[in-house]
Amino acid sequence: MASTTIDPRLLRDLQKLLGRDGVLHKPEALLLYEYDGSVETAKPDCVVFPRTTEDVAGIVRLAKQHRVPLVGRGAGTGLSGGAIARNGGIVTSFARMNRILEVDAENQRARVQPGVVNSDLSLAVEHFGLHFAPDPSSQKACTIGGNVSENSGGPHTLAYGVTTNHVLALEVVLPSGEVAHFGSGAVDPAGYDLTGLFVGSEGTFGLVTEITVKLTRLPEATKTLLAIYDSVDDATETVVEITARGITPAACEMMDGWTIRAVEDYVHAGFPLDCAAVLLIEVDGLCEAAEYEAGEVADVCRAHRAREVRLAKDARERDLLWKGRKNAFGAVGRLSPTYYTQDGVIPRTKLPATLRRVSEIGAKYGFSIGNIFHAGDGNLHPIILFDARDPEQLRKAVAASDEIIQFCIEVGGSITGEHGVGMEKDRLMPLLFSEADLDLMRRVRDVFNPEGLLNPAKVLPGPKGCGEIHVRPATEPTPASTGPASA
Amino acid sequence: MTTASTTISARMADLIGAKNVIADPASLGPYEIGNNVPSVAARPESAEQVAEIVRFAAAEKQAIVPCGARTKLAMGAPPARYDIALDMTGLHRIVAYDPGDMTLSVEAGIPLRNIEAALLDQRQFLPLAVPFAEHATASGTIASGVDSPLRQFYGTARDFVLGIEFVTGHGTAAKSGGRVVKNVSGYDLHKLMIGALGTLGVLTKINFRTFPLPAATRAVAATFDDAAHAIDLRHAIARSPLRPLAVEILSPSAGAMLVGHDLPASRGWFVIVSFAGTAAVLDRCARDLRQMAEQHAATSVAPLAEGQILAAPRRVAKFIPMALAASPAATILKLSVVPTGIRAILDTAAKTADAAQLSWAALARGVGVVYFALLPAERTEDSLARVTRAVREIFARFAAAAGNATIPWCPPEWKAALPIWGPARADLAHMRALKNVFDPHGILAPGRFIGGI
Repeated sequence: MASTTIDPRLLRDLQKLLGRDGVLHKPEALLLYEYDGSVETAKPDCVVFPRTTEDVAGIVRLAKQHRVPLVGRGAGTGLSGGAIARNGGIVTSFARMNRILEVDAENQRARVQPGVVNSDLSLAVEHFGLHFAPDPSSQKACTIGGNVSENSGGPHTLAYGVTTNHVLALEVVLPSGEVAHFGSGAVDPAGYDLTGLFVGSEGTFGLVTEITVKLTRLPEATKTLLAIYDSVDDATETVVEITARGITPAACEMMDGWTIRAVEDYVHAGFPLDCAAVLLIEVDGLCEAAEYEAGEVADVCRAHRAREVRLAKDARERDLLWKGRKNAFGAVGRLSPTYYTQDGVIPRTKLPATLRRVSEIGAKYGFSIGNIFHAGDGNLHPIILFDARDPEQLRKAVAASDEIIQFCIEVGGSITGEHGVGMEKDRLMPLLFSEADLDLMRRVRDVFNPEGLLNPAKVLPGPKGCGEIHVRPATEPTPASTGPASA
Repeated sequence: MTTASTTISARMADLIGAKNVIADPASLGPYEIGNNVPSVAARPESAEQVAEIVRFAAAEKQAIVPCGARTKLAMGAPPARYDIALDMTGLHRIVAYDPGDMTLSVEAGIPLRNIEAALLDQRQFLPLAVPFAEHATASGTIASGVDSPLRQFYGTARDFVLGIEFVTGHGTAAKSGGRVVKNVSGYDLHKLMIGALGTLGVLTKINFRTFPLPAATRAVAATFDDAAHAIDLRHAIARSPLRPLAVEILSPSAGAMLVGHDLPASRGWFVIVSFAGTAAVLDRCARDLRQMAEQHAATSVAPLAEGQILAAPRRVAKFIPMALAASPAATILKLSVVPTGIRAILDTAAKTADAAQLSWAALARGVGVVYFALLPAERTEDSLARVTRAVREIFARFAAAAGNATIPWCPPEWKAALPIWGPARADLAHMRALKNVFDPHGILAPGRFIGGI
């Protein structure tokens, strides 16, 4: 499928456009770009590093002229293969388009290039008392361009929303080579919401070259609580009850005992080793509001038999708790040659039943499945540990994972909450969408990407095998645990 | 009744039953849009019936305009063709409501007040304090894209509509999104439907995220001698840690329209700020706000009586219907700018209106949306000439402000003369291409949308 040698004429044209240091094409140099944070890999023919929108337009025109697939890439931390050159071709890295072009603190806006690292933007506007609210766990590496493409979430989406809620305008290079502008710094542009359509299109409509985002005021006060449970059910029922009381925490994360032990060994966040589950809950706002809500949350936790509720005393304690959460995948990654992370979403009230089911599925296939997830919005990340070198284990891991997803859909959920469909879950799309839905999505994509050269074979299932869950053939790349851990 | 319309109504009766078809011209008046009356109105009772009607219309090239409670048919352009009024009020059920998950799935034609009643039982709500909320349907609200004072805190429909089911111009049922609060499966086609005036699909089901109804709310009104100080208070609030539900700036005449017995009579500008929270939170907000208002030369600062939760934002939402009622030729401009642009655009619009000897009233939302109502005393050619000149001048100044300007409301016979969709947009070609995907026969609300889409 993917050729590993690049057409010399295309290489020459790309080098002419971008300079010799703007193109990687030697096989050893391409190794890094074969994977992202997901379990998939594929070899690009070359990787290019534009510095300007004009460079990107030039790359797009060359790809079109040479009829070579083209894939955009931020930091490569994605978890669904969005930045992988599934059919080979040119990977366009935005690593050199990493400037914050404008900060308009008064209007709480910033205009950035796609390669700006998520947390760098928040750091750059911190002295104005502002931040960029979407905070994926990979925020110290992932880029805003990648966040836009994947409509990334993070632990604080429960109260603050996902990326699409914070994007006002985009500059995009379309596969035709046209540089298009969607949206505006002012709200409510006339016409169809093309910005809303583009965010989360997983790089299949166009290459985003500039983004105007909203900045959010930092809260006056933040309270972070750790509730410790001897029963998973008690923890999940707490989550349901907190929202029933009308409290929308800024974050509400859960880790089960199995995950806690893996994390504690690695991060030393102070999680108790003998518990069944912990909830990490954050409330924020005015001092009076955070104080009140922290009290309410602690009451609910105790009413649901939390054996201990700790309140982080200061920023250091709070950071340590979050470090434990955000590094959980890295910690788990040390335990096994391979792990596979799901991203299913369920209605929050189905949490207790779903976790019981996940545990049964693990037992059935003989796996340890760790659970770590955004409990507040029902976004699960079960982690299946296995050894991909053993074909039987690989087959079972995929089967177990499909059973979990099947259950999520049965209870009214979705196949992906924040990681994207990419090249990993396209085969699952028919479980959620009818052929008519998918056909319409395909035709909408074709409006922008009619020849399918941009990020091919992603998001929508191919013409063959619709509605069928299958095990990947053994000849396809096996999952690897080496990617940057993130969720 | 013409033979053609007799045939259409007979076919329609075959599809959905005669009792759900209105063909008597005398009864079709309520479906009129800008002097266009359809030949038939059909009131389907299921998404399947909607699909059948659209398939029929696609085959026969009959133009359909979907409607709900018909409170906002005056928005947008009148349809270029209008054969069938698709009255969606027959789809009015709550399909699913899961208070614990805070998700709601409704049939499109359900009245907002029915949603409100169902949610109130669980002390939840949808933050849609929109104009005409007392009659409007869910689909009319979403398809028209009207906004709400509460967007300051809760955002707009694009932030809390989780998924939509619709029927395309082919008569095919399709959907995007889902019913969970976090979901990135597939393309967000439903975002295109918001504010599209039914030109891409007939909405049949809408999934919302619901919100906890605040336990208590409080609104404070500050008055100012001029717009500049009122706007400065908006900026001061934005720099503060306060998280108001709504920040609304009213011109003196807008304030007079909305004034209740509790709102202090004032010849000045109002800023009405709403908060939610516990008593301690509300006290703090009121205290901080008073201090900020006084620093910005407020002439008065007073709490508004909140008989009901969210009473103030709901009252401010009535600005649009009140402005429409205030003049026989009310022409309401929607001007959106970055917040620091509010002052210049209000200033320009006010001076232009004064120079043209047109009465006016303005409402500016803190997020940077200004509704500027030109209120001519008469609906005459002379009024149109003065309004046209004023609008052109405001829009011309506006082009430099990098904002968005449209005219959602004006007399129907003025629509052709006024730039109701604002300055030309470079992305229109992409919008046309999308329209062609969703509605290749051009039968869904043809001509109602931007660029004649």
